[in-house]
Amino acid sequence: MNVKLLKLLCKNARYTVHELSVMTGLSEDDVKSQVSEMEKEGLIRGYKAVIDWERLDSAMVSAIIELKVEPQPDVGFEQIAEQVKKYPEVETVYLMSGGYDLCVIVKGKTFQEVAMFVAKQLAPMKYVVSTATHFILRRYKELDIELIGDNKDDREKISF
Amino acid sequence: MDYMKLLNPTVVDIKPSGIRKFFDIAAEMDDVISLGVGEPDFQTPWHIRQAGIKSLQDGKTKYTSNWGILELRKAVSDYMKAEIGCEYDPKSEVLISVGGSEAIDAAVRAIVGYGDEVLIVQPSFVCYEPIVRLAGGVPVIISTKVENEFRLTAEELKSHITDRTKLLILPYPGNPTGAIMEREDLEAVAEALRGTSIAVISDEIYSELTYTGNRHVSIASLDGMRERTVVINGFSKTYSMTGWRLGFACGPEPILTQMTKIHQFAIMSAPTTSQYAAIEALKNGRPDIEAMVEEYDMRRRLMVDGFNALGLECFEPKGAFYAFPSIKSTGLSSEEFCERLLYSKKVAIVPGNAFGESGEGHVRASYCYSVDHIKEAIRRIGEFLEDIKNEG
Ligand SMILES: Cc1ncc(COP(=O)(O)O)c(C=O)c1O
Repeated sequence: MNVKLLKLLCKNARYTVHELSVMTGLSEDDVKSQVSEMEKEGLIRGYKAVIDWERLDSAMVSAIIELKVEPQPDVGFEQIAEQVKKYPEVETVYLMSGGYDLCVIVKGKTFQEVAMFVAKQLAPMKYVVSTATHFILRRYKELDIELIGDNKDDREKISF
Repeated sequence: MDYMKLLNPTVVDIKPSGIRKFFDIAAEMDDVISLGVGEPDFQTPWHIRQAGIKSLQDGKTKYTSNWGILELRKAVSDYMKAEIGCEYDPKSEVLISVGGSEAIDAAVRAIVGYGDEVLIVQPSFVCYEPIVRLAGGVPVIISTKVENEFRLTAEELKSHITDRTKLLILPYPGNPTGAIMEREDLEAVAEALRGTSIAVISDEIYSELTYTGNRHVSIASLDGMRERTVVINGFSKTYSMTGWRLGFACGPEPILTQMTKIHQFAIMSAPTTSQYAAIEALKNGRPDIEAMVEEYDMRRRLMVDGFNALGLECFEPKGAFYAFPSIKSTGLSSEEFCERLLYSKKVAIVPGNAFGESGEGHVRASYCYSVDHIKEAIRRIGEFLEDIKNEG
């Protein structure tokens, strides 16, 4: 496993094998075999694009839902987390330290749709004690990528 | 008023670099993709900026000691001991300056008198020759060669030494070439200097940016060299702090005392806020350097590979943040190449001859840019090469 390779893929999963090979110093064959190895082992779970949905009319809305859950003997929060993650509306599920237990990110076409999903699906679940829904209003930065602000290079164009 | 009578001819005779006009054209053009800068793209790490901000909040807004804040000089001294292996007394052998630039100027003025010959290794940073002239010295250029990866050889050095040679300015790791001097290269140079009374200014501003896996070696650490060497370094490149204007010089007490006299009368003291930030940089900045070096190294590999793939032969630059490919295969001069590239593809790079005649036939491209930016620039340079080929 090559940490440099992983870091590069984290930055941009679309680097070509040649570029990855040049930047890490690995041979192209090594890059290919290490990447497919990491995919097979499940170390690399997938690749996605970071999209600025606000630019589309058919915008998506997302909300972060704080779930307080009554932990179950033996399985703790596992069972409920497993159930929650099965919904296609659910994009992310984290077990949290602090004031609540599960952080669930839910997406939908409208605020209404997300709110209804929480009210109809998450809130009534057995062992769910309470929910608090926080809608995401603006995305400034996601997965290291800035979505707002043009980050202009304010250096001189040429200097010695 | 006849200004030509008024003004100092030594100053007037220093030509503004010929490529200034090229800079101006680039500056006015929209959507230029530049690989032209000599400064990092990273922001100064936040904890270092915070240290500067805190010093302002604490009301540290006065002059400091002429030499610089003692705590900073101690931190520099510790740094030099740990990284270079030379001990410098923080009280009398460390001067905090306004960038490495001011330290170079003070060192040259402290050492060079009227008519003294100063060996300047080229291609190199543009300030050495004018500074030597302003001090009344006579620049003697040593042109290094791409076959030697632009390292200075003992033979080249010896063949330029005369009985009026006072000083050698050693610029490694180098701007614009990215060349470094490894221990054995420096040993040979040191051997040529032993027994002479030639001083050395070693401009080590890029010392932290090397990519061989071995740490930078300073000539000052070699036998018999510390006593004759002023090491210049600073915060601009190492910590991405170009705008803070802070550097330092370390060297033997008799030289540093004279340099500090010059500094005291010309400057008073280096910027106070920057000095406080620099203490934080030296104490806690090592992880930042490592992260930046790792990033530079990837870009460096990508850029060198890109130039070589285009047929612009590029020796491996092992330090600093520049690639210095040859453009001889195009049949164009460095300036023609850069000017036409700028006009036709809006890519700005610097002609090699801006750094001395021996840079002719090369261009300097900086990799202080994001990978995507570098890829786009190389793609456009590729198009440009195709266009030239089709013309010919
Ligand atoms: C070789 C070299 N020396 C010295 C300097 C001066 O740096 P500063 O005055 O910012 O420390 C530079 C800046 O580009 C440089 O490239």
